[in-house]
Amino acid sequence: MMEQRLTDIATVFWRDWVVLKRRLAKFLLSRMVAPLLYLVAFGWGLGRSIPVEGGTYLDFIVPGILALNSMNISFNSITPVHAERVYHKSLEEYVSAPIWPDAFVLGKLLAALLRALLSSAIICALAFAFGARLSITPLFLLVLSMNCILFAEIGFIAAMKINTFEEMGQVNTYILLPMSFLCGTFFHTAALPSALRLIIDALPLTHTSYLLRALGTGTDASLASLVVLVLYAVFLYVLCVRTFRRLSE
Amino acid sequence: MKRFGHRGKDGKRSEKTAVAGISFSVKKGEIFGLLGPNGAGKTTTIRMMTLAARPTSGEIRYEGLSIREHAREVKELLGIVPQHINFDQDLTVGENMELHARLHHMGAAERRARIAKLLDYVELSDVVNDGVRRLSGGMKRRLLIVRALIHRPRILFLDEPTVALDPQVRRRIWDMVKDLATEGVTVFLTTHYIEEAEALCDRVAILAKGRLLDIDTPANLRAKTNLPTLEEVFLQMTEKKK
Ligand SMILES: Nc1ncnc2c1ncn2[C@@H]1O[C@H](COP(=O)(O)OP(=O)(O)OP(=O)(O)O)[C@@H](O)[C@H]1O
Ligand SMILES: [Mg+2]
Repeated sequence: MMEQRLTDIATVFWRDWVVLKRRLAKFLLSRMVAPLLYLVAFGWGLGRSIPVEGGTYLDFIVPGILALNSMNISFNSITPVHAERVYHKSLEEYVSAPIWPDAFVLGKLLAALLRALLSSAIICALAFAFGARLSITPLFLLVLSMNCILFAEIGFIAAMKINTFEEMGQVNTYILLPMSFLCGTFFHTAALPSALRLIIDALPLTHTSYLLRALGTGTDASLASLVVLVLYAVFLYVLCVRTFRRLSE
Repeated sequence: MKRFGHRGKDGKRSEKTAVAGISFSVKKGEIFGLLGPNGAGKTTTIRMMTLAARPTSGEIRYEGLSIREHAREVKELLGIVPQHINFDQDLTVGENMELHARLHHMGAAERRARIAKLLDYVELSDVVNDGVRRLSGGMKRRLLIVRALIHRPRILFLDEPTVALDPQVRRRIWDMVKDLATEGVTVFLTTHYIEEAEALCDRVAILAKGRLLDIDTPANLRAKTNLPTLEEVFLQMTEKKK
């Protein structure tokens, strides 16, 4: 029983791995562009003239860039499922196969996690090349992974629920892009007006930014933030499974 | 019965009944044809029978097993050739086949042998490493059919399987279907080529506007109506319905 479930997860993951492997170099290269620009513009260019308590601005934004990049990559790694469902109809193969339905969700999440972690590794390498200081601990990796999983889950739900390509793109523009800039990634949320801050502080990416920053610089991380991330991930997972099971209604 | 709910542009819900009051049974090893004009509800019926759509009401059983309660066991038994192409566009021909085999829990050795044999049978061995996008329409149909056979299904659903196939390949598919039935595989087929149904099917059901008009052997249907071909029977029955 358990073994078959693992086999099913592996099958779903295998498919994504086959596709990724074929375009690995292209994938990695294209993922370097945006973070490299962030590092150059904000870290190296702008950052040298901005004083930040206890370090450089570069040290401040690297965790933020990791947070926003892993969000974007994991979300966009899973959204091709949308075309597979609506346009190519290739999800029918999974729906009609005798597999454990959750295996589809888990396999896709794992594949998105892999992509996001690969691109995070590139950013870390670039950041070190720029002279940033960042300590990568197991807990740091755990938080980063939680962030990837959670946004992959959001991507999955969007892919299951949204029916047009247009609207899929809008999720990027109206939700991910603002979050990329506002959620404690480039500046502390204390600088925001209090009403806005209330909303921003409830968003998962904010918690990831602060956790990664604290863990990366070796200061105290908030346990509450970690709990928030875990709760988000679990709640969204339940929704993922439900939306996938609803496909055959 | 299957009723589709829709939210229109004005936001109002509307409903459409696709099929209703259909009841029939198919015997093991039988080739059963479902005929009907466009929009009659053939695909909807197949989708309900293959767990792709949930009936609004009614029940479907295979060998006494309710398909909803035993979804996983039932899915093991089914082979499905959909009306539309539904390949994974990012995978090659061979990878699409492999994905199907893996999804049906086949071991690596068995998988390889079975896939090679089936691709050979429909003359697709040469394109095994090509992306599916590069296949011609007829090649895609052939691949769609053999993909459904990899895991040796006991009940095979073919939704207009021979559309776009040249006459030679069509005959080959017919032979294959007959062979499968001889081996005890139950075949459930829809087609707009009435002569195909006549050549293959032990019994046919005629469906129009979601209602079942008749079920019988092609010979009996011809006899009942005193018409020389099944095609004429079909035309007369579905004409009256309009
Ligand atoms: N997903 C859906 N939502 C709403 N209505 C649908 C849906 N699928 C099918 N229908 C409607 O149900 C009816 C039956 O459609 P179905 O596809 O089963 O016909 P068919 O007999 O397979 O036709 P064809 O020969 O054209 O393939 C049609 O009126 C169709 O418009
Ligand atoms: Mg149809």
